[in-house]
Amino acid sequence: MPGIFVLGTIENGIPSRSTLELLTGAQRLAGGLQEGVSVGLLGPGDAASLYRYGVEAVYRANHPLLKEYQADLYLLALQRIAQTAGARVLLLSGDSLGRDLAARLAFRLKAGIVTDVIEIDIEGSEKMPRFTRPAYGGKAAAVIIPKRFPVVVTLKPRTLDPAAPAGKPKGKEIPVEISLDLAQARTRMVERVQEETTGVKLEDARAVVSGGRGLGGPEGFTLLVQLARVLKGAVGASRAATDAGWVPSSMQVGQTGKTVSPDLYIAVGISGATQHVAGISGAKTIVAINADPEAPIFKVAHLGIVGDYKAILPPLIAKCRELMGS
Amino acid sequence: MRIVVCVKQIIDPELPASQFRIDAESKRQRANGHPLVISPYDENALEVALTLKEKTGGTVAVVSAGEPSAISALRKGLAMGADEAALISDPALDGSDAFGLAAALARGIQKLGTPDLVLCGCESGDWADRTVGPILAEALNIPCVSFVAQVEAQDGRLRMRRVVEEGYEIWEGAPPLLLTILSHESNVPRYPKVKDIMTASRRSIPTWSAADLGVEAGDIGKAAMRTEVQQLTLPSRESRCELLDGEPAQQVATLITKLRERKAI
Ligand SMILES: Cc1cc2nc3c(=O)[nH]c(=O)nc-3n(C[C@H](O)[C@H](O)[C@H](O)COP(=O)(O)OP(=O)(O)OC[C@H]3O[C@@H](n4cnc5c(N)ncnc54)[C@H](O)[C@@H]3O)c2cc1C
Ligand SMILES: Cc1cc2nc3c(=O)[nH]c(=O)nc-3n(C[C@H](O)[C@H](O)[C@H](O)COP(=O)(O)OP(=O)(O)OC[C@H]3O[C@@H](n4cnc5c(N)ncnc54)[C@H](O)[C@@H]3O)c2cc1C
Repeated sequence: MPGIFVLGTIENGIPSRSTLELLTGAQRLAGGLQEGVSVGLLGPGDAASLYRYGVEAVYRANHPLLKEYQADLYLLALQRIAQTAGARVLLLSGDSLGRDLAARLAFRLKAGIVTDVIEIDIEGSEKMPRFTRPAYGGKAAAVIIPKRFPVVVTLKPRTLDPAAPAGKPKGKEIPVEISLDLAQARTRMVERVQEETTGVKLEDARAVVSGGRGLGGPEGFTLLVQLARVLKGAVGASRAATDAGWVPSSMQVGQTGKTVSPDLYIAVGISGATQHVAGISGAKTIVAINADPEAPIFKVAHLGIVGDYKAILPPLIAKCRELMGS
Repeated sequence: MRIVVCVKQIIDPELPASQFRIDAESKRQRANGHPLVISPYDENALEVALTLKEKTGGTVAVVSAGEPSAISALRKGLAMGADEAALISDPALDGSDAFGLAAALARGIQKLGTPDLVLCGCESGDWADRTVGPILAEALNIPCVSFVAQVEAQDGRLRMRRVVEEGYEIWEGAPPLLLTILSHESNVPRYPKVKDIMTASRRSIPTWSAADLGVEAGDIGKAAMRTEVQQLTLPSRESRCELLDGEPAQQVATLITKLRERKAI
């Protein structure tokens, strides 16, 4: 039985971005521990696309009740396939689904758990996996080792690069029988609401313009939306801005919120608390616009403008518009 | 409704990185006399509990596991409006991971009386494992909804707004439930009144040991540890920022040039 298990998702016939990130982690563990990799799928989706990534087995639980996310049912199915797969290390994405399921899965499997992992390596001759994660709001980095197996591990999204195909496809699918009953869902998701400002997903955007408390109110965000539109990017926010209700929580960037890794990140009126910066470490170029020259954001930015955003953004938007020819 | 809120006392997480020091031996942050606070999202959770109580009646209890100093976190909870508080404190808890902690918290919560609703923060302000809430739900054998920004009670059922990547989801469930709470404009923590701080300072708060709670010695502390912190280090932080001078028009022009050089636009 393969020792490394990945909870995967298939989107439009191919492994999702987060699944490919998990497979990068899995390949690393598999290489170091001399183990195979299996993937668990809940519901339909073409498994064949996974075999190119060195996946030996796909365990699938298919049931009409798994069509949309219901925590209790997903947990039952996931526990079932994880037990069938019998893996020592189980990798889940640290996205909203992984955050909801991982710790409860660990409890049910009597496993250990490490969350928010940003780096995986294998140590010494005992071949112990070591998981690096941020601690203290990103002010420190901790290396965590399991004291027992199995261990459930969640990876911080958008941190590891997506996996590249590895070797000849050779996997097989193993159906896992599961009987579920709606009565087993003690809580129910009854509605799902999308919130988007520019039509570009924040996590996928090549340019992100984020605003913080320094904008002084929700009106400030209209300038940010204009700039993001011109750059064909998305708008993000600090927690101070989402907590104030200026923009929806789903726009929060940082430790609790989203991790983004754009080519360009523009932080406007954001002080640069480590918990915010935790979400932008993958950004290639960081620009800070802040009235206070002492703001910590200038310690992490590549380019900085000290000034009032109200004076900077209008000419910036105009210039970008000229350049982009829109 | 009987509501229990789990609060963790931590060193102020908004302390600037420049003042952050590591204790090499314990692999934790050195306290260095920095202020101790309630982990921020736990205050949001408490606000949710107090608001629900105001609307639907019932009681709110706050419970914490930790050092004796955590009494002050509980007193703040009482001052904000909680009816009851309990501290779980025992050297036997040292080295507990989230499973050990949840085992102790579960027993403490049951000792307070069977709850209808247990609220935790969505993540703590220091280690942010995001595990104690969901594991506690399992230990109590109740369902869990995580990253909840808003809760409404309706005809004995609860409606939760859960924040996800694309927006939010609405979840429904009947008590007993455990929710992990995210900050939101609707749950900004209230300031306690001076009079209530005075009253809370005179309240006696029970401290329970693992034995008081009947927690098995093998379920807590180092012996029960499933994962271990092997190393805690400071990431390197070197400033590389180029500040752009001049009037706004000049700054913007330079910025554009630099961004094009870096192929960022
Ligand atoms: C457990 C935990 C998790 C957290 N998770 C997150 C997270 O995911 N994301 C996040 O962002 N935060 C998070 N935080 C909060 C974080 O610690 C900070 O409190 C928050 O990021 C501050 O937001 P801000 O920079 O917008 O506000 P402030 O720190 O108040 O900064 C506002 C800035 O605006 C500047 N300014 C004011 N006026 C102007 C002007 N006219 N023009 C230009 N600049 C101006 C000011 O100089 C200041 O630097 C978390 C905290 C904890 C404890
Ligand atoms: C007495 C004690 C000794 C410890 N010793 C060690 C040690 O030696 N080595 C080590 O690695 N770790 C130790 N820990 C830390 C412990 O492993 C973590 O604090 C625990 O796993 C919780 O993780 P977290 O802080 O990331 O919480 P999360 O899972 O992020 O917390 C989420 C929520 O759970 C609730 N919660 C969390 N902790 C508490 C608490 N203590 N009381 C009440 N509610 C809480 C809060 O509502 C919080 O917002 C110790 C903790 C305690 C209390």
